[in-house]
Amino acid sequence: MATYYQLDFEKPLVQLDQKIDDIESRIRVEEPDPALATGVESLRSQAQSLKTERAGMLSDIYSKLTAWQTVRVARHPLRPQTRDYIELMTRDFAEMHGDRRFGDDPALVTGMCRIGPIKVMLVGHQKGRETSEKIACHFGCAHPEGYRKALLKMQLAEKFGLPIVTLVDTPGAYPGLGAEQRGQAEAIAVNLREMSRLRVPIVSIVIGEGGSGGALGIAVADRVAMLQHAWYSVISPEGCAAILWKEANEQTNTAAAKSLKLTAADNLELGIVDDVIPEALGGAHRDPKATANSLSDWIVRTLQELKKQSPEDLVNARYERFRRMGQFLEQAPA
Amino acid sequence: MTKTASSPRSNAPAPRTWSEVRPARRASIPEGLWLRCPSCAKMVYRRHLEANLNVCPECTHHFRIGATERVLQLADPETFQEMFTNLQPADPLKFKDLKTYRERLVAEQVKTGQIDAIRAGKCFIKGREAMLVCLDLTFMMGSMGSVVGETITRAIEAATPNKAKGYAGLPVIIVSCSGGARMQEAGLSLMQMAKTSAALARLDDAGGLFVSVLTDPTTGGVTASFAMLGDVILAEPRALIGFAGPRVIQQTIRQELPEGFQRSEFLLKAGLVDRVVPRANMRTELARLIDYSGR
Repeated sequence: MATYYQLDFEKPLVQLDQKIDDIESRIRVEEPDPALATGVESLRSQAQSLKTERAGMLSDIYSKLTAWQTVRVARHPLRPQTRDYIELMTRDFAEMHGDRRFGDDPALVTGMCRIGPIKVMLVGHQKGRETSEKIACHFGCAHPEGYRKALLKMQLAEKFGLPIVTLVDTPGAYPGLGAEQRGQAEAIAVNLREMSRLRVPIVSIVIGEGGSGGALGIAVADRVAMLQHAWYSVISPEGCAAILWKEANEQTNTAAAKSLKLTAADNLELGIVDDVIPEALGGAHRDPKATANSLSDWIVRTLQELKKQSPEDLVNARYERFRRMGQFLEQAPA
Repeated sequence: MTKTASSPRSNAPAPRTWSEVRPARRASIPEGLWLRCPSCAKMVYRRHLEANLNVCPECTHHFRIGATERVLQLADPETFQEMFTNLQPADPLKFKDLKTYRERLVAEQVKTGQIDAIRAGKCFIKGREAMLVCLDLTFMMGSMGSVVGETITRAIEAATPNKAKGYAGLPVIIVSCSGGARMQEAGLSLMQMAKTSAALARLDDAGGLFVSVLTDPTTGGVTASFAMLGDVILAEPRALIGFAGPRVIQQTIRQELPEGFQRSEFLLKAGLVDRVVPRANMRTELARLIDYSGR
């Protein structure tokens, strides 16, 4: 536990963890000595009550996260990423590389795998864990070749009748020279258009960050869900603060995050996502396996439900799902 | 350049000359007889500029123009029948930054006399009927919120051929100029990207024609959705067109951007647009494309 990267709002936990660690190391020292048995017993009960207190505190902190704190949890360096979920919830992953046009973007992972009883095409953003992997993945910011690779594999899935699962985890599509030159906007736009008419079921889950067009570029789906502490919006809080508040700092980021209505609960209320998938207590990084289990349960359940629909109904319902998006006032025509 | 070609189709009203159209446009332009061209820095007589479709007579710099003027420049005189004007922006998120979104909306509506950043309707272009949609940069940087997304989607749907109903559809022409998605509608504005793109998929399935015209500037969520999905993509000269803004890119790569980066001519070279078309030729070009597509 002590090796965890600590978020500032988790500070009270650190002190408790310290105490628990101290007591447990004392128990280890004193345990072999029978003369200290009663002392050890009381230490054990002390440790137990501290652990209960800790669990209560953790659930308290995580039930009251502000929008900006949620963003920080979604970016936790130990938060499970696409490759972790592939490890934890899929079998027999057959990775496929390359867009057959320009190159292979490691920021988007694609391949066929099995989730529970279902064969699927999986597409997901990868941010990278080690520094070298992070750099190769551009911290999860995909290039046009990544979006084109994703589409190519999704069209392959359509050909084989495989349902598509996409895991969204990106701060946004990569803003760079090469990306612009190779048509970043066009690559995303084509994905939006083509995903809307793929004749197989598509489910998308925002597992961490859902940053703008870079996220939507693989998230035009029949059902869209978010993990409990993920965020999804049109711009990052820092980007929004820099533009509308003229500077990004702790205070303006907090305000921007709140205004953007980017949490899972907000997105559910706005009808942008259909479900919120609960994470382990204290965030997915504290128990990746448990989070992966609830994720795969949701995927299997949702795909089994979608499987019942004909391709025509599926495509029509997907169109209607996005057709409804937006809120405006409408006067009766005069 | 100052006269429209006569249109042979009988169902179009008789075309007017540009000089007849001009008074209406001039009224919308603020005071000041002379102004400085931001490109060549020469002083330009405003009347000359207007007569030249707001293109600098000295250096051909294309000045930014609003949707109302764009419609007047592209549509045959008095043929534009505006649609979907009953849609008004709401404030679904109760968004507040330094000002509330509601305050900003009212201020923009007063400033521009428009309801939102878009005008759409049926018109004739050199006698060919079309669905014309123009974004308006003067209203909140032409950003795409729910009203803009809904108007575009309705316009596309209204122009989509429907065999069962014996409806041949209309060519769709969207003139883009936008800073991207509208932050004050956050996730809902993001969803407009998917909505408009999905509508274009249906238009495509039905065999409709979509010509996307990119003007200065077209960036962000607008470029990354309908604007780059044209069957044919035209761009005005020297328009800034891209996904990320130049400032963001510069901060990311920490080096100077090459001259002309993200300008129309750069995109043409990169294979991302079909043609760079000067404003004066746009009507002719659109009419030609409509004819070739047989739509």
